[in-house]
Amino acid sequence: MRPFAFKRVSAPADAAKLVAANRNARFIAGGTNLIDLMKENVDRPDELVDISRLELTAIRRTLDGGVSIGALAKNSDTANNPLVRSQFPLLTQAILSGASPQIRNMATNGGNLLQRTRCAYFYDLGTKCNKRQPGSGCGAKDGLNRYSAVFGWSDSCVAVHPSDMCVALAALDAVVNVRQPDGKERKIRFAEFHRLPGDLPELDNTLSHGELITSIDIPKSNFGQNTYYLKIRDRASYAFALVSVAAAVELDKGVIKQARIALGGVAHKPWRCTEAERFLAGKKLDAAVLKQAAELAVKDAKPLSDNGYKVRLTQRSVERALRRAAKI
Amino acid sequence: MMQDDLRRQPSRVDGRAKVTGKATYIAEFRFPNMAYGYLVQSTIAKGKIRDIETAEAEKQPGVIKVLSHKNLPKLAVPTPAPDAIPRPFYALTSDEIRFNAQPIAVVVAETFEEARYAASLVKVTYDQAPHATDLRSVLGSAFVPGREQPDRGTPENAFAAAEFKVEAEYYIPIEHHNAMEPHATVANWDDGKLTVYDKTQGIQGTTGYLATAFGIDRANIRVLSPFVGGAFGAALRPGPNLIVAAMASRELKRPVKIVYSRRQLATAHGYRPESIQNIKVSADKDGKLTSIIHQAVHNTSAYENFSEGLVGVSRGLYACPNVRTVAKIARTDLQTPLWMRSPGVVSGIFALESALDELSYKLKLDPLELRLRNYADTDPETGRPFSSKELRECYRQGAERFGWSKRSPEPRSMRDGKYLVGWGLATGTWPASQAPASARVILNADGTARVESGTTDIGPGTYTTMTIIASEVLGLPIEKITFVLGDSDMPPTPGQGGSTTTSSVGTAVKEASELALKALIDAANAKEDSPFRGVAFDQLVFEKGSVAVKGRPETRRSFQDILKGHSESSVSVLHRSTPDAAERGKYVIASHGAQFVEVKVDEEIGQVRVTRVVQGTAAGRIINPKGAHSQEMGGVVWGVGMGLMEHTEVDHKLGRIMNPNLAGYHVPVNADIGVIETIFVPEEDKIVNPLGAKGLGELGLVGIPAAIANAIYHATGKRIRSLPITPDKLV
Ligand SMILES: Cc1cc2nc3c(=O)[nH]c(=O)nc-3n(C[C@H](O)[C@H](O)[C@H](O)COP(=O)(O)OP(=O)(O)OC[C@H]3O[C@@H](n4cnc5c(N)ncnc54)[C@H](O)[C@@H]3O)c2cc1C
Repeated sequence: MRPFAFKRVSAPADAAKLVAANRNARFIAGGTNLIDLMKENVDRPDELVDISRLELTAIRRTLDGGVSIGALAKNSDTANNPLVRSQFPLLTQAILSGASPQIRNMATNGGNLLQRTRCAYFYDLGTKCNKRQPGSGCGAKDGLNRYSAVFGWSDSCVAVHPSDMCVALAALDAVVNVRQPDGKERKIRFAEFHRLPGDLPELDNTLSHGELITSIDIPKSNFGQNTYYLKIRDRASYAFALVSVAAAVELDKGVIKQARIALGGVAHKPWRCTEAERFLAGKKLDAAVLKQAAELAVKDAKPLSDNGYKVRLTQRSVERALRRAAKI
Repeated sequence: MMQDDLRRQPSRVDGRAKVTGKATYIAEFRFPNMAYGYLVQSTIAKGKIRDIETAEAEKQPGVIKVLSHKNLPKLAVPTPAPDAIPRPFYALTSDEIRFNAQPIAVVVAETFEEARYAASLVKVTYDQAPHATDLRSVLGSAFVPGREQPDRGTPENAFAAAEFKVEAEYYIPIEHHNAMEPHATVANWDDGKLTVYDKTQGIQGTTGYLATAFGIDRANIRVLSPFVGGAFGAALRPGPNLIVAAMASRELKRPVKIVYSRRQLATAHGYRPESIQNIKVSADKDGKLTSIIHQAVHNTSAYENFSEGLVGVSRGLYACPNVRTVAKIARTDLQTPLWMRSPGVVSGIFALESALDELSYKLKLDPLELRLRNYADTDPETGRPFSSKELRECYRQGAERFGWSKRSPEPRSMRDGKYLVGWGLATGTWPASQAPASARVILNADGTARVESGTTDIGPGTYTTMTIIASEVLGLPIEKITFVLGDSDMPPTPGQGGSTTTSSVGTAVKEASELALKALIDAANAKEDSPFRGVAFDQLVFEKGSVAVKGRPETRRSFQDILKGHSESSVSVLHRSTPDAAERGKYVIASHGAQFVEVKVDEEIGQVRVTRVVQGTAAGRIINPKGAHSQEMGGVVWGVGMGLMEHTEVDHKLGRIMNPNLAGYHVPVNADIGVIETIFVPEEDKIVNPLGAKGLGELGLVGIPAAIANAIYHATGKRIRSLPITPDKLV
């Protein structure tokens, strides 16, 4: 890997300033993604700012009754936190379906949001990839795309966001708290945090260089135990999702007050199925409406040459996740 | 095998060293003043290197030199004509690109990281030529290497006339070995002598390869490979790491280490080739096979003819009067394939045993019954007897343990809650060969023994098995015996492939141990008062480090006592064993197995779990029961990988392997594996070798992918003829 300077900071403000000052600087948290990318020469920072000792690890109740999780809390600590477990079992389930125990012990929440795609072309310097090298072309679109997107892709990029945790956070309408290099704070709604590739696939999200994630707020909701995370993969564990679904329903006397459906492994960002959600709102709960919602969820899918199966698999997975969430 | 039975059996003698990190793998060896090499690989599949720009790389701190065909001296091997076949590949010796990710330069630096970073700065330009890597695109030029097999009987007529028949095509993608240990070499030239630590399955082959490449005498080469972290065939041919490390060390006059990165490893060695098999099988109404027509084609490289001959199983597995087999290969611009665990056989059996399963449904006959009705009591090809064949017993005991009689025949008829349950089976076989091999046995004056043989232990437990064999013959406890291997200075053996090491090296160890005991008695008899003078050797009992005349305990003398007065204070015997070719030639000699698989399928989401496997094995005498149990379990795990997930993905536009890492190339994890039971049926074989032991390291895998596919059909009614059976094929 490229030689780099290593700096450790103890205040969030210093971290943001240091990184903002150098285009080639990166925050490093758990390092489980960044180090891999550096070894493969996909990312070549010349300066690493170690934020792993920042006191941004708290997981606490927020004033509105939701939960705030620190950007530097470990994925495993987050999944196993009693507040998260009891109030947002969907998040626990999603985190625990990802990676391996060892990796989750290192991985942080902020790093999880910013992990980069696993598209094979992104990782292989011997191929074209607009995300890695803007303007070079997309190898996957007309190449091997069994793992690629079926929603929201563009001619320049068909990569998918690999996170499981983010799919749950998308369904839960989380809010990302960010500290800017100038010391100001800002909030980003989860739906606006990650972006679609468009003509700028090199940008995964809407953060500016040097902006530091400090925490993620999950607002109070009334889904209770009526949530479910379903992950389909090529082996039983330790594989990225072919398709995943985070489903949540709020029920009132057999009527669906509101529903949330977010998909993983199918788009450049966690994909919310808003039309299906609207369809379900106010409907009497039965198997038939869930099936219809699943059909709506994939209505706009645009499969590539090798990933038509994702459309079928997504539809069935949405239906099953909704049934599990609604416990019917 | 039951846990209780195993508990009392010897454990791995190298187990403690392995789990405590004391076992040293190639990447861990170092010489003083050693430099690190990192390979640069091509990004095109075919063409010529126009130029390699190294200025930027060579400016980096720590970089010593970038070496390539441009500045390395020629090897001693002649340059073959551009279209000669074979045209063995020696990395960094020409500007020709034969496959994508071919090693084309090496950056040598003071540290690994410096070398790796500089390697990313080497700029290569090419004159690209069109390539073809997709087997389907080159089928038109497929050919039979060597001679065509004549038909047995009249297969086409028999097939045409048959009432019950199946014709189907089966597909297996490229697969890679993905051993834990990467290919690696540490090379050092010193005063015209070359020493290498190299990951290899063949110490002698590696030595010979270096001797030829550099035009030096074998005596000036030492190859060491004390531990191998899994190889599965991947180290049966020397990798580019070997030749490049040796060239770089010679050039820079420093020891050089090269360790492949996981990403690079996909082209460090060959792979199981991509294959397409067409099978026709037919039977009469009693379920007797009337024809098998098995035609297969797989890819090879543009520069070598590699053939797995994967149709061989169709000639011998069942009694069938009319058989045609055709095995073709077709050229692709990928590197040459290589043997990968159970080469040829597992692929051929996937097709044959799937087709037989399909036929059983046409016949409405239990798949096990169909196999029994076509059981071959003698070799159907030659009429020769089997040296031993307890396959019937494998079927019987396996079926009983599995509960096969409770299987309901209709597809989709068995359930467990929301899961569809399927039961499938397949037959396995593997040739039990033996080759000449040597060993040295040294009995020391302190009552210990040292046994040496220049073989390797790629994981099956060779250290342990050889120790057990020596222990049995010498009458010495295992703790008193040190078995060493992995050094070209030790007695030569064949490479470790084809499940032949126990048979070949084990026989050498057994016979050398017997000769050592004879030499020990000779040493004893040098003294006047030896109680063994004039006693026939077979009247002596060797036990717990001592020897006595049978029935005369008062004659007992310990090995120490005997050797105390001995001038050399030790007995050393070097022995080369050779198979009894004449006797073996009268028989067909093979291991057999019956493999029963249960799957549970979550149909809606296409998820398959192999929940239970019973593996019935007939492999002669089982010398190392724990090791054998592990091997058969490992075979099942491998079969689950091959059946459900393993797949090397090639972008044919680029001619490039796109999942060269363990996140993209899936092998089973613990959660994928259910209950595995192994049964070793008793089998006596006086022909195979003096040990009576047959190979089993590959046998355990051969039927599993077919049995899984058959079980999936039984569960779902869907016949999947293309591996791996991933969720997308079931939804
Ligand atoms: C083998 C393997 C398998 C995996 N499988 C899965 C899986 O199945 N599902 C899944 O969801 N994930 C999976 N992961 C990914 C894993 O979840 C991520 O690697 C991890 O969450 C990243 O967190 P980190 O703290 O290690 O990030 P780092 O590697 O330290 O950083 C990642 C990126 O985030 C930036 N960053 C980190 N923290 C902050 C912050 N607070 N503010 C701003 N920028 C920041 C860094 O600059 C860097 O660019 C897997 C990873 C591996 C290696």
